[in-house]
Amino acid sequence: MPRLRTPADVNRLRGELQAAREGDRRCVSVCSGTGCLAYRSQDVVAAFEREIACQGLAEHVMLRRTGCYGFCERGPIVVIQPEGICYLGMREQDVEEVVSETLANGRTVTRLLYEDLESGQRIARMEDIPFYRHQQRLLLAANAAVDPRSIDDYIAAGGYAALAKALSAMRPEDVLREVTDSKLRGRGGGGFPTGRKWRTTRDAPDDVKYVVVNADEGDPGAYMDRSILEGNPHSVLEGLVLGAYAIGAHEGYVYVRQEYPLAVRNTLRALEQAREYGLLGRDILGSGFAFDVHVHRGAGAFVSGESSALMAAIEGKVGEPRPKYIHTAVKGLWDKPTCLNNVETWANVPLIVSGGAAWFCGMGTAESKGTKIFSLVGKVNNTGLVEVPMGMTLRQIVYDIGGGVPKGRGLKAVQTGGPSGGVIPASMLDLPVDFDALSEAGSMMGSGGLIVMDEDTCMVDTARYYVDFLAHESCGKCVPCREGLYQMLGILDRITAGEGRDGDVELLEEVCDLLEVAALCALGKTAPNPVRSTIRHFRDEYDAHILERRCPAGVCKNLIAYTIDREACLACGACAKNCPTGAITRAPYNDHYVIDQDKCTRCGCCVEVCPPKARAIVKVAPEAARQTL
Amino acid sequence: MTNPERTGYEMNMVELEINGQRVSAEEGTTILDAASAIGIRVPTLCHDSRLSASGVCRLCMVEVAKGGRSRLVASCVYPVEAGIVVQTDSEKVRKVRRLILELLWPSLPDLAREYGVTSSRFRPRDTECSLCGLCVRYCAEIKKRQAIYFRGRGIDREVAIVPELAKECAMCRECFPCCTGGHIVTHSDLAFT
Repeated sequence: MPRLRTPADVNRLRGELQAAREGDRRCVSVCSGTGCLAYRSQDVVAAFEREIACQGLAEHVMLRRTGCYGFCERGPIVVIQPEGICYLGMREQDVEEVVSETLANGRTVTRLLYEDLESGQRIARMEDIPFYRHQQRLLLAANAAVDPRSIDDYIAAGGYAALAKALSAMRPEDVLREVTDSKLRGRGGGGFPTGRKWRTTRDAPDDVKYVVVNADEGDPGAYMDRSILEGNPHSVLEGLVLGAYAIGAHEGYVYVRQEYPLAVRNTLRALEQAREYGLLGRDILGSGFAFDVHVHRGAGAFVSGESSALMAAIEGKVGEPRPKYIHTAVKGLWDKPTCLNNVETWANVPLIVSGGAAWFCGMGTAESKGTKIFSLVGKVNNTGLVEVPMGMTLRQIVYDIGGGVPKGRGLKAVQTGGPSGGVIPASMLDLPVDFDALSEAGSMMGSGGLIVMDEDTCMVDTARYYVDFLAHESCGKCVPCREGLYQMLGILDRITAGEGRDGDVELLEEVCDLLEVAALCALGKTAPNPVRSTIRHFRDEYDAHILERRCPAGVCKNLIAYTIDREACLACGACAKNCPTGAITRAPYNDHYVIDQDKCTRCGCCVEVCPPKARAIVKVAPEAARQTL
Repeated sequence: MTNPERTGYEMNMVELEINGQRVSAEEGTTILDAASAIGIRVPTLCHDSRLSASGVCRLCMVEVAKGGRSRLVASCVYPVEAGIVVQTDSEKVRKVRRLILELLWPSLPDLAREYGVTSSRFRPRDTECSLCGLCVRYCAEIKKRQAIYFRGRGIDREVAIVPELAKECAMCRECFPCCTGGHIVTHSDLAFT
């Protein structure tokens, strides 16, 4: 292991690594992110190892396990360089063919290539696939070139160049100015200007200061930070060292969820490697600057992502927010000035220091610069992680990158910002991705969850889901948040059960008002967002539930019933066989089946199993079902 | 609450305004301290001057104007600042207190009546405990036992007694007078056996 003693050593090592890797060797990169591992990409890797050895190609081919590529819908993903051929949905049994065709003979295996949804054409190169073509992958691009377990990979791909630059040619103030000028804003949700936050901690009158990485990503359906930390831990680490240098901190923490075992493992390994190389510890790269990092594993609470709660947890206390009329940037961890930034924010720092603030400012909108990673999930064809420049419209993300809504259904809304965010209706889809534009629309950027909802989604039920999540994930400390959420949940429960009362919506709004001004922490203050935004954009759905006892989307179980269209019924009996409550029987002397409404639990199993050519099971209002009996 | 580590000679005073009166208060103390020093009563539930402030009941919220902007803050934890203008009973403040009292109904009936709350539009909770945490803090900070603690999270949060220390609790009972809702007293037999 080479210990790097000067900034020039880093660049020398990079040169050596790159020279050793040049030549005509092909590189097979297999995605080993959590999504692809679930599709057994480890078996694909093992099969490649076997096949490459078997066919005597070991000298000409390099095999690399990398972090997440983002197109998780179609994993496991394999990319072959230098051609950039991208195979999707690779299975163990496909490997032999890929090795003998592509690696040995340079021919593509057409059946494993991406097939364009409209034209049916096969697309070979990764950059040409629509999912990737419309993205701007500043942070995620490195995932494809780096084995997260190898610091050499990171350095060869240009890693730690920013640190070498800062320690050789920049004073701490210069690094701080660069970040301030870049107008980088916190990617964890609030969008607070990162430079200003750093400045506050730097200027706080205390010798001991801390820098902390917030990797307590807990939003349902979001995994941006996870993928960065799993796929490229050194990028976060480099950002953290740069931040510590700018702020004047000598100790840092990575607060990472215990539920992300791969992220924990890769981070710990990265720390060890950085220490061995002399990129952490005393006298980093001969500059005299000392800094080291600890990893704190979170015990699994959504609320611990809140800054004061997170710091309490690191101190060994219960991870609950405390009133903070003095910012944690001034009085945080052990009452010392503490700069807390989210994983994605830290990962942006090396890019800014390397590329310069002017380059970074060239991307995005007036007040939101750079790119943002979203986890695009829900009712969308191409689910996965996408990174787009700020200012791209939601429509472009959902349709150009996401490929639209499956089964030709209409889009109803997108939910952004996680449980504290809100819904944005289809009519506002041309809204740009921008901190302020999303807040104005009643939602927020949040950490980057983007859930697509089609017309089969009930907005009252959606609000209920998020309120239920928050009611159980709030710490329960302050009265407005705990009791307010309990009552909001009760009201939403009765509305979705068809027992809503006139005035319920106004009561909900009153509780929303209270939480916004009176709750103790940001979780409580933003908790009303799901309710408020659904009322604002979908008031008619609330009214339909309360006044007409009707769920327009046909979701709320008490407000729907299933019946069988006797004309369409083929009398195949599939529904009766699969009904878990035995509610479906054959009508006596007739060629069709009927549903006993008293036994039916409206689970929807029958809809799933009814043959597509029949589609005999229909959703109706409960009264209509009674009448047909 | 005054900071015991501070001694007279390094005391810094700040000037602020509460309900139209000019007040001089020691730096590091709270708005609640400053208000009570001049006889202005701010309702509280989770506050006890013997214990650390927790700022959770939010009944003591007051309106603070600073630099042309006003916002609601919990006066029991907000440190006094020079030049701030505080209103302890503005319409915004009363509205918040009314709704909190309605959420806590039927606990604190006297205070509720003072704010015109005589019933609640909300479904009742099945406990008298308002989770003010006075007993928990008393046990930890004065008794130094930590026999009582918060269990669970969110709407499932509750006060519980460490089983191994329950016998001791039955003898002690010092936290009983702290209890604002009467929960500990009512359920003492249940919890302490």
